[in-house]
Amino acid sequence: MTINSANQEVKAAPAKTHLQVIQARPHPHRCWSCGDMRAEHFCGECGHVQPAEPTDFFSFFGLPRRLELDEEAMEREFYALSRKLHPDVYSRASEREQQWSLEKTSQLNDAYRTLKDPISRTEYLLMLEGIQLEEQSKIATEQARAFGTEKKQTVPAELLEEAFELNMLLEETKLGGVDDDLRGQLVATREGLTTRLNAMQDELRAAWKAWDGGEQEAVAKMVDVLNRRSYLRNLLRDINDILS
Amino acid sequence: MADDRVVGIDLGTTNSLVAYMGTGPSLTHPHEPGKGVFIIPGEDGVNLVPSVVAMDATGQMLVGNSARAVLLHSPERAVYSVKRLMGRGVEDVQEELKLFPFHLAEDLAKGEVLRIHLGERTYTPPEISAQILRQLKRNAERFFGAPVKQAVITVPAYFNDAQRQATKDAGRIAGLEVLRLVNEPTAASLAYGLDRKQNGTIAVYDFGGGTFDISILKLKDGIFEVVSTNGDTHLGGDDIDNLLIAIAVDDIAGDLKIDIRKYPDAVQRLRNAVIEAKIALSSQEAVELEVELPVTEVADQADDTTPEEGVPVGELYQRRITREMFEEMVQPIVERTLEPCRQALKDAGLTAAQVDEVVLVGGSTRIPLVRQKVEELFERKPHTELNPDEVVALGAAVQANILAGGSEETKDMLLLDVTPLSLGIEALGGVTAKIIHRNSTIPASATEHFTTGVEGQVSVAIHVLQGERELAKDCRSLARFDLKGIPPMPAGLPRIEVRFLIDANGILHVSAREQRSGKESEIQVQPSYGLTDEQVENMILDSFDNAEKDMAERQLIEARNEAETILTALQKGRRNEAWTMLGFGEQRKVDELESQLRQAKTGTDHLQIRRSIDELNQATMHLAELMMDAAVGGALRGKNMESTGIADGPEAPHPIGKAEFS
Repeated sequence: MTINSANQEVKAAPAKTHLQVIQARPHPHRCWSCGDMRAEHFCGECGHVQPAEPTDFFSFFGLPRRLELDEEAMEREFYALSRKLHPDVYSRASEREQQWSLEKTSQLNDAYRTLKDPISRTEYLLMLEGIQLEEQSKIATEQARAFGTEKKQTVPAELLEEAFELNMLLEETKLGGVDDDLRGQLVATREGLTTRLNAMQDELRAAWKAWDGGEQEAVAKMVDVLNRRSYLRNLLRDINDILS
Repeated sequence: MADDRVVGIDLGTTNSLVAYMGTGPSLTHPHEPGKGVFIIPGEDGVNLVPSVVAMDATGQMLVGNSARAVLLHSPERAVYSVKRLMGRGVEDVQEELKLFPFHLAEDLAKGEVLRIHLGERTYTPPEISAQILRQLKRNAERFFGAPVKQAVITVPAYFNDAQRQATKDAGRIAGLEVLRLVNEPTAASLAYGLDRKQNGTIAVYDFGGGTFDISILKLKDGIFEVVSTNGDTHLGGDDIDNLLIAIAVDDIAGDLKIDIRKYPDAVQRLRNAVIEAKIALSSQEAVELEVELPVTEVADQADDTTPEEGVPVGELYQRRITREMFEEMVQPIVERTLEPCRQALKDAGLTAAQVDEVVLVGGSTRIPLVRQKVEELFERKPHTELNPDEVVALGAAVQANILAGGSEETKDMLLLDVTPLSLGIEALGGVTAKIIHRNSTIPASATEHFTTGVEGQVSVAIHVLQGERELAKDCRSLARFDLKGIPPMPAGLPRIEVRFLIDANGILHVSAREQRSGKESEIQVQPSYGLTDEQVENMILDSFDNAEKDMAERQLIEARNEAETILTALQKGRRNEAWTMLGFGEQRKVDELESQLRQAKTGTDHLQIRRSIDELNQATMHLAELMMDAAVGGALRGKNMESTGIADGPEAPHPIGKAEFS
C-alpha cells in the first residue's frame, strides 16, 4: 500500500507538529450539489457524497496521528460513514456520484482495515514517518530474489539462543522426521516463543504511549519491536508447519 | 414506477429463482402483494426453475422443467449445471467433462471462452446462463404485467473475478442491468436478518448444488458486516450425485457386464434415480434404487471377463440403499466442507463457540449427515426454519429493495461484504506479491508503483492474479496487461502508478498513470478468460434473433395488462350513477363487448385483444362522458373528488383510458 503526496509533506514536518497539521485540515469546502458548507466526506446539509481527495488514513477519520485509539469509537464511525458513503446508497445517483461513492468507500475501508489492527496501524504510522521496516521492505525482498540470495534478516540478539536451538531441532526433523521427543521439545519451544510474543505487545504499547506523548524517539523503539516480532513469528510459523 | 422494479435472482447450479420485495400496495396491479418479500412463480406456478437449457428438435430454446424433460430422452440436446463452467478455461474443466455430458466445441483455442454444443450451434456459458435469466425475467414480467430491466444476481461468495464477470455478462446478454452481484451466503443472511433485528455473530453454511460457501458475519443495528468467507466453487450436491453414479456404474459393470456409460440416456435415468434416492434418504432410513437398463442385443464387455448372455429388454438394476450406506459413501464429500469452515473461523479470529447462530442454506443441507457435522463443528443446533432453496433469492430481493431506494423495513440495512480471495501481482521470480488481502471489506483498493528495467522501454507488462498461493502459477490468472505509452526515459526513472480497485460486486478495475510525465497511460486489460465487451455486444445482438419471440410475448403481456385496466375501470363505472343513465341497448352492447374482451384476454393473440379493447373503449365513451359530467357537477355541489369515484386512478378523466405503460 502506498500513500500519495500526503506523506512527503509529513516526512518534512518536524516531530511535534503532527497535531497542528490535523487541526488545520478541515478546510471549509462548498458542497458541489447544494453550495452549502459541507462535512469532509458528505455534505452536512444535503447529505450528498463529495469528491474523493487524496488523504492519509488518520486524516480520513479526522484522527490525530496517535497510536492509542478507541477502537470501539472507530468502529462506530466506520459504520456511520459506511451508511453515508456506500455505493448501495448511490445506486440510483448520477454516474459521477457513483464513482465518488466508490472511491470514498474504498478509502474508508482501506483506512479502517489498516487502523483497526494494532500492528498494521503501527506499521502504517511508521511508513507515514518515512520509515521502511526491514521485513516490509519490498526492495530488500526483490533484491534478494534478483540475486538469488536469502533475504537479509538480522537475528535479534535476545533471540539468538532460541534461534540457534530451534535450527538444530529443525535440522533433526529434516533428517529423522518428528518423533514424540522432538515433538515435545518443539511444543515447549513454541510455548516459550508465544510468551515472548505476548510480552512484545506490552513493549509496543509502551512505545505507543511515548509516541502519543510527543517522544519522537519512540519510532526507533517501535521499529525494533516490530522487527523482533516479525522474526519471532517466522520462527513460530516454521514450528507450526512441522507440527501440523 | 413500474420500470423501477429491481428483482432479486438466485442463479443456481441446479435451480434458479426470482424474487421481489414489494414497497407499497398497487392499485393498477392487483396481483402484486403490497408488502413483504416473496418468490415469483413461473407460468406453471412453481417457484424453482431448474437451471437446464435445451434445444428441441425444432430449434426452440427451452428452459426449466421442459428442458429437463429433453435431458432425459436426448441428453445431447440439453445442458445442465452450466454454472460450473462460468468464467473457466478449457484446462480448468477437464474434471467436469468426465462426469457431465458437456460437449465442448472442438476448435477451442487455449485461453478462449468455452463454447458448448447445444443443438446445431455452440454457446458460451454466459449465453446459456442468459437463457435461464431471460426465463426468470419473463416470469417476473408476466407476474407484474410490466417490463423488468434491473436485477440483483447472487453468486457464490468464493467466485473469482472471472466467474463474477461471466455472471454479469450473462445478465447483460439477457437484457438485464445487473445493479449488483451479491454473495449467496450474504444474501441469505439478509433474508434471515430481516425479521430478527438482533445483534450478534452468525455463520452461514451454504452447501448448494455445485458450490460450497461459508461466511461469518457480524450483525449490528442493521449493518451486516462480513468478517470472513471461505469455500469451494466445485463442491456441492452434484459431487454427491456423481459419486453415487460412479458407484452404480461400477456395480452395473461388475454384476451385469454392461458399460452403461455408452448409453447417455441410461446415464441420465441413473442420474435421476440417484438424485431421487438421495433426496428420499433425507427423510427415510432406506430406499430402493431402480433404473431401467439400456436395451442391448448382446451384453457389452465392460471388462475382460467373458460376457454373459444378453440383457433382455426393460431389465432393471435394483439396489437397496440404507441411510447408513449412503452416509458412509458421502462422508468424505461432507467433510471437505469443514476445513473451509475452520479457516473462516480462524480468519475471523473467532472460536466456534463465539458464533451465536448458524444458518443453513442450499439444498444439500437437507442431508441429515450435513446437519450433524455442522452441529458438531459449531457446537450448536443450526437454524433450519428457512427454506434452504429459497432463502438466497429472497435475500437478493432484499438487497434489490435496498438498492432501489429502500423501504421502511430496509432503511437501516446495509451490507458490507468482503473479497474472498487475495489479489496479487506476479513479481520477480514468479512469486505472488499480494496487494489486497482476502477478507478485505469491498470496495477496496491498492496502489502499486512500477518502473522500467531497460533504457527507453515504453511498455511494462503486469500480470494480475487472484488466490492464496505463493507462486503465481498456482494462482488464478485474472489479466495480463501492458502499460503502454510510457515516455522513453533511462531505466528505472519512469514511475508508473497503477491503481487496483475491487468494486462492491467483487470485480476488479485497473487504472494507471505515469507520474514523471503526468501522462495518463493508455492501458489495455486483456482478461485471461472472459468475454470482451465487443463479444458481449455481439451476443446481445444475437439474442435479438430470438427477440421476435420475446417481442410477441411482451406485446401479449402489455395487451393483457391493458385489458385488465379497462375491465377494472369498467367495474368501477358500473357502480357509478352514470351507468343507470345509459339506455338498455347501450348497456347490452357494453356487456357484450366486455365478455368479448374477457374471452380474447385468455387467448394469445395480442391483436385480437387490442381490437376488443378498442371496441370496448368506443362503446364506453358515452359512459365516460356521463361520469365526467357527474364528477364536475359533484364538485360544484361541494362534493370532494374522491366520492365521484373517478379521480382515484391513473385512468381519470376517461375512466377507461390506456394503461400507463413502458
